[in-house]
Amino acid sequence: MEQGHTLTLAAFGSHLLVGLSRAMILFIVSSGLSFVLGVLRVPNVAHGSLYMIGAFAAYAVFTAVGGGSTGFWLALIAAPLVVAAVSFGAERSLFCRLYEREHLMLLLFTFALMLILDDLVKIIWGAEYRSIMAPDYLKGSIIVFGSSFPRYNLFLLAAGPVVAVALWLFTNKTKIGKIARAAAVDREMVGAVGINVSWVFAFAFVLGCFLAGLGGALVAPTVSITLGMDHDIIIEAFLIVTIGGLGNIWGAMVGSLIFGITQSFGVLLWPQFAIVFPYAAVVIVLLMRPTGLLKSVW
Amino acid sequence: MGRWNRKTLLLCTALFVVLLLLPAILPRFYTYILASIFVTSLLAMSLNLVVGHGGLYQFHHCAFYGVSAYTVALLITKAHVPYWIAFGAGPLAAALVGFLIGWFCVRLSKLYFGMLQISLGSLIWALAFRWYSLTGGDDGIHGISMPDLISSTKNSYYFVLIVLTISLILMYIILKSPFGTTLQATRDNPERCEAVGINVRRHQLAALIISTFFAGVAGILYVVVEQSVFPDLLFWVFSLEIFIMCLLGGWFTFAGPIIGAAIMVSLRTFVGVYTEYWTLVLGVLLILLIFFLPEGVMGFVLDKFGTSATHRETGGSH
Repeated sequence: MEQGHTLTLAAFGSHLLVGLSRAMILFIVSSGLSFVLGVLRVPNVAHGSLYMIGAFAAYAVFTAVGGGSTGFWLALIAAPLVVAAVSFGAERSLFCRLYEREHLMLLLFTFALMLILDDLVKIIWGAEYRSIMAPDYLKGSIIVFGSSFPRYNLFLLAAGPVVAVALWLFTNKTKIGKIARAAAVDREMVGAVGINVSWVFAFAFVLGCFLAGLGGALVAPTVSITLGMDHDIIIEAFLIVTIGGLGNIWGAMVGSLIFGITQSFGVLLWPQFAIVFPYAAVVIVLLMRPTGLLKSVW
Repeated sequence: MGRWNRKTLLLCTALFVVLLLLPAILPRFYTYILASIFVTSLLAMSLNLVVGHGGLYQFHHCAFYGVSAYTVALLITKAHVPYWIAFGAGPLAAALVGFLIGWFCVRLSKLYFGMLQISLGSLIWALAFRWYSLTGGDDGIHGISMPDLISSTKNSYYFVLIVLTISLILMYIILKSPFGTTLQATRDNPERCEAVGINVRRHQLAALIISTFFAGVAGILYVVVEQSVFPDLLFWVFSLEIFIMCLLGGWFTFAGPIIGAAIMVSLRTFVGVYTEYWTLVLGVLLILLIFFLPEGVMGFVLDKFGTSATHRETGGSH
């Protein structure tokens, strides 16, 4: 794909931008994972499936409305809400009954959820490739650093920080956000002061899954929406959260940047083994700082 | 206790004899399925050494299985070394990788241990997946020739059964040895163990190497049965499946993972015939298991009918 690129400044710049915009998607998804991990202390294996559902739901909304600019924005708003609703149902019906149980059981439950959701997606949407289109003003390319750069990626570059700031404001400035952070540090104490911890967990879980859905909806115009798109993202999100520091939102940002940029430079330097670069970066980070770059919340 | 042991021994011997005789009456397909169950059982048993008995979050176990399978396959197809040398090299390679990865992992606790292992294991997967010239990439390596002695379905079945039996006996001995009991102590109360002078990390690392060695043995058996390898063997989803086999069968029992592996392989084979949505069935089953049989099938059976030998403190619930 990227053959013919020489190591010019232009190629360097455009790969940096591609890497950055990829990092934004990774950040949105992994911050959700990190939030759930921080508050509930459960690695949500179904997170990738929820991301995939986000993309498929975006497709469904987009085609139902009839495409176009309205369709795109509506899909962007509705798809994460669909995902949030799905996760809320799963959480309140089954997951919330497991909070007192052994930790591995919670992990196992999310795996079961992943298996079920993946097959449900297969039943509802089938195995074909789907795609949606960004509105005209987000299509096409502009010239940056002397090489063309898709406008949609610029949109992603803006969306990432917006989500980061919104999430930060939410967890630091609102009451429910503060309670969630407190529950991450000391859940017994939060329960002791009369707060219903189970609902705090529900809230954190749904918010995390909402972010997965948002990531899926945002990525939808740039990829073919298909089964199996969850498998890569979930492992990447896990690694990002680990190198960033479990439960730390800014850690997720740092991790995403490292992952996204090494990935795109891998493509530039050695296309065949591009996939190896980010994993190697993760290994190096973990060998130097085994508990992640930033402070874990617990 | 003594009588119970003799009964178990008798039961196991009887089971072994029945399994030896089965290929004579079973159609070829079922012989093959049984052999697959044996391979997967050994893999799950090796994982349970560190998960159930060692309390480690070994999240990417199939990486070692895959390393061994690829080592065997590459040595046979590319280097043309004698079969038995290739078979010996597989588990050693797995144990070596296990040592390297374990050396870093055991410094970390629980979830970080698992995460680091997933990242290192994924690195191996990425290599196998991308290194087309060596590993065949996505397609894997097919048609690996086997020595005449074990090339037929029936003979490979016997080979797998015998290797499995020997491995299980070895694992049993290891678990009952002072090392094994110490390992279980480090699972239940690591602080106490440190206090009485046990080097917890060294025990965990040793357990990891032993476990990865047996995963490597399972890797050889896989090549013998399937005569092919492909990158999915190293994919993290498969690792979670093995993990589930341990939990499903009963991870605080010795033989639980075998039950778990048998259930999973049978489900995949037989439910897969009726519907393409077999993972949906698996997911529902898993949820039922979590709610109704938290100790796994074997744990439930032992609780109801067996001795109290499996009683334990709930390790790792923090």
